[in-house]
Amino acid sequence: MPKPIIEIRDISKRYRIGAEKEPYLSLRDEIAKFLNSRLWNNKNPGPDIWALKNVSFNVEESEIVGIIGKNGAGKSTLLKILSRITPPAEGSVIMRGRVGSLLEVGTGFHQELTGRENIYLNGTILGMTRKEIDANFDKIVAFADIGEMLDTPVKRYSSGMFVRLAFAVAAHLESEILLIDEVLAVGDADFQKKCLGKIDEVSKVGRTILFVSHNMASIRLLCNRCVFLDSGQVKYVGDVSECINRYMNQDVSGSSIASHFDRKSTNIIINSVKINGSDLDVVQLEYNSNYLNFEIEGELLSPLPIDIQVHFNDIHGTPLAIFFPGYESGYAQKYPAGKFKINSTCELPKMTKGEYILSLHLVDADKCRLANITNRVLLRSPGTPSCTGKVIDYNSGEGWILLPEKKANDV
Amino acid sequence: MTNKAANSKEYIISSSERRSLINLSELWRYRELFGVLSWRDLSVRYKQTILGILWAIFQPFATMIIFTFIFNNLANIQSGDGTPYPIFIYIGLLLWQLFSGIIKDSSQSLTSNANLIQKIYFPRIIIPSSVVLTALVDFICGSIILVFLMVWYGFAPHLIGLLILPVLIICSISSAMGIGLFLSALNVKYRDVSHIVPFFIQLLLFVTPVIYPIKILAGFNFIKTLMIWLNPMAGIIDCARAGIIGKSMVDWNALIISIVVSLLMFSLGLLYFKRTENYFADNI
Repeated sequence: MPKPIIEIRDISKRYRIGAEKEPYLSLRDEIAKFLNSRLWNNKNPGPDIWALKNVSFNVEESEIVGIIGKNGAGKSTLLKILSRITPPAEGSVIMRGRVGSLLEVGTGFHQELTGRENIYLNGTILGMTRKEIDANFDKIVAFADIGEMLDTPVKRYSSGMFVRLAFAVAAHLESEILLIDEVLAVGDADFQKKCLGKIDEVSKVGRTILFVSHNMASIRLLCNRCVFLDSGQVKYVGDVSECINRYMNQDVSGSSIASHFDRKSTNIIINSVKINGSDLDVVQLEYNSNYLNFEIEGELLSPLPIDIQVHFNDIHGTPLAIFFPGYESGYAQKYPAGKFKINSTCELPKMTKGEYILSLHLVDADKCRLANITNRVLLRSPGTPSCTGKVIDYNSGEGWILLPEKKANDV
Repeated sequence: MTNKAANSKEYIISSSERRSLINLSELWRYRELFGVLSWRDLSVRYKQTILGILWAIFQPFATMIIFTFIFNNLANIQSGDGTPYPIFIYIGLLLWQLFSGIIKDSSQSLTSNANLIQKIYFPRIIIPSSVVLTALVDFICGSIILVFLMVWYGFAPHLIGLLILPVLIICSISSAMGIGLFLSALNVKYRDVSHIVPFFIQLLLFVTPVIYPIKILAGFNFIKTLMIWLNPMAGIIDCARAGIIGKSMVDWNALIISIVVSLLMFSLGLLYFKRTENYFADNI
């Protein structure tokens, strides 16, 4: 029995609350604080929060392990510890292989340098040797599909090209262990698909991958095992379906949607989301109600065309339907910088009884994702009672839409 | 199936790792990153400039002309041993530029590469030390002017000067690195550093014998001793002039003090850097 390639033993990581509010200190503040604490004799270092608490699990060689959990559950902190960016406060990890970490696409890219130069720069930063980059150079250029822009400074690239080039470099990292954090959250759908394909391909050559994602479909597609983190603790390790079930069903007991906003977008700030007038993350449909109204308020830091996109999945993450008004019309309303409000209503089919998961995103008319709002709104449908009063249940495996019959005299 | 993992190097991540002051084998593994970061700084530096690398020559040259006019012609400061003032000040300026350039760039280096530090692991010391190469390139470019000046005034460099020059350069680098390592680590937590450094360097120029010979302090022996002990550049610049021009004797005493002090500065800076580096990613 070979030893596990990653052994995580009881690691914990502590952060001081309030550290976020003060991105950096000045000496003057520190002196003032010091004098204050001396004068009033109150030691107030601020409360600690445990970003990770006693996390232990093993990863075997050539496994692909997914890590899921809410924002702030400790997923990114875990990857940072594994990639040695920050040390754990307690516990230890044994790594038995070269680690490549992709916590972000395009780390270290320099705007003034050309694509060619950036391939070498970024590749080296990610830990490739010059030889490896030389050997993979043509493949990287082909994957990125940047053509004759190769010798143009990156600052003249479109954002799509930039992301493609950055991912192309990262995809050719040849380390035994790959740590990947949500790199797929960027770019258009086609490119995301290409990236997933690449990860799948990489995993087939026996590389070990740890993969943090909010996208249950890609976790389901890629991973053979899954870890569910909640408030810094491991809640479940093992079977992917079971893990996703537990994640999807965790405390969807009517907390507000705002409590699990995805705040990764840099130029869109979401302030409030209401579904059918309520800001809770559990939406109970009434009998015979056939619509869902989405009201999103927020702020734009730059003018953007935005439109809502809602995915309907079942609780296993299988996609069932999509609401995407801008795609049909080919038009997304352009909002100026500042406050914006989107109000959009979606007509529902006759749904069977069951629980469904909605994920909300803001996109432009080209399906390019601008911001993820949340991926965990629970929609409870009471089902559509038939004349006999019976209800079809999604869990019975009979689908989620009850198709109406077209009567002969309608034709 | 072979177990690849067993063949690769195994390592442990824990709260107490990275204790060794300099992990040479790890640094060697990351030598390419050092090269690439230095190359990046060098190539970005003169992008979109017309003069390009000529700036590295122009800056010390222009400073030399202006300083000669102000301090030599107007304020009547002399080199003290008959050395033409332009050569005298240029040697000082070259070494000073090497020293202050490293301090200035390395103290800002961690914060300006914050993104790298938060997303990728590598020995952190690579970032502040990769500025040394750019400073050295500037130094070498600037030296071309010195050669012209020596030819112009008809001076041949003395052998002793050429022999001690590498030592002097290494001392300048190590003292500057010591200060730079300390300030860069401090800058991660306290951004005051970026405001203090330019000001500090400007003041330091005047307490270093760059525009005047150290002999000018003959009547103030205490200050002179203090300067040599606290400011390694004082001894280094004085010895460089004496060695290269050969008009006065090399002050071996001052040289040894400078070597010791600069190595001490380097060690202290490194020590502080190593003690704080684990938490750079959390604090930056």
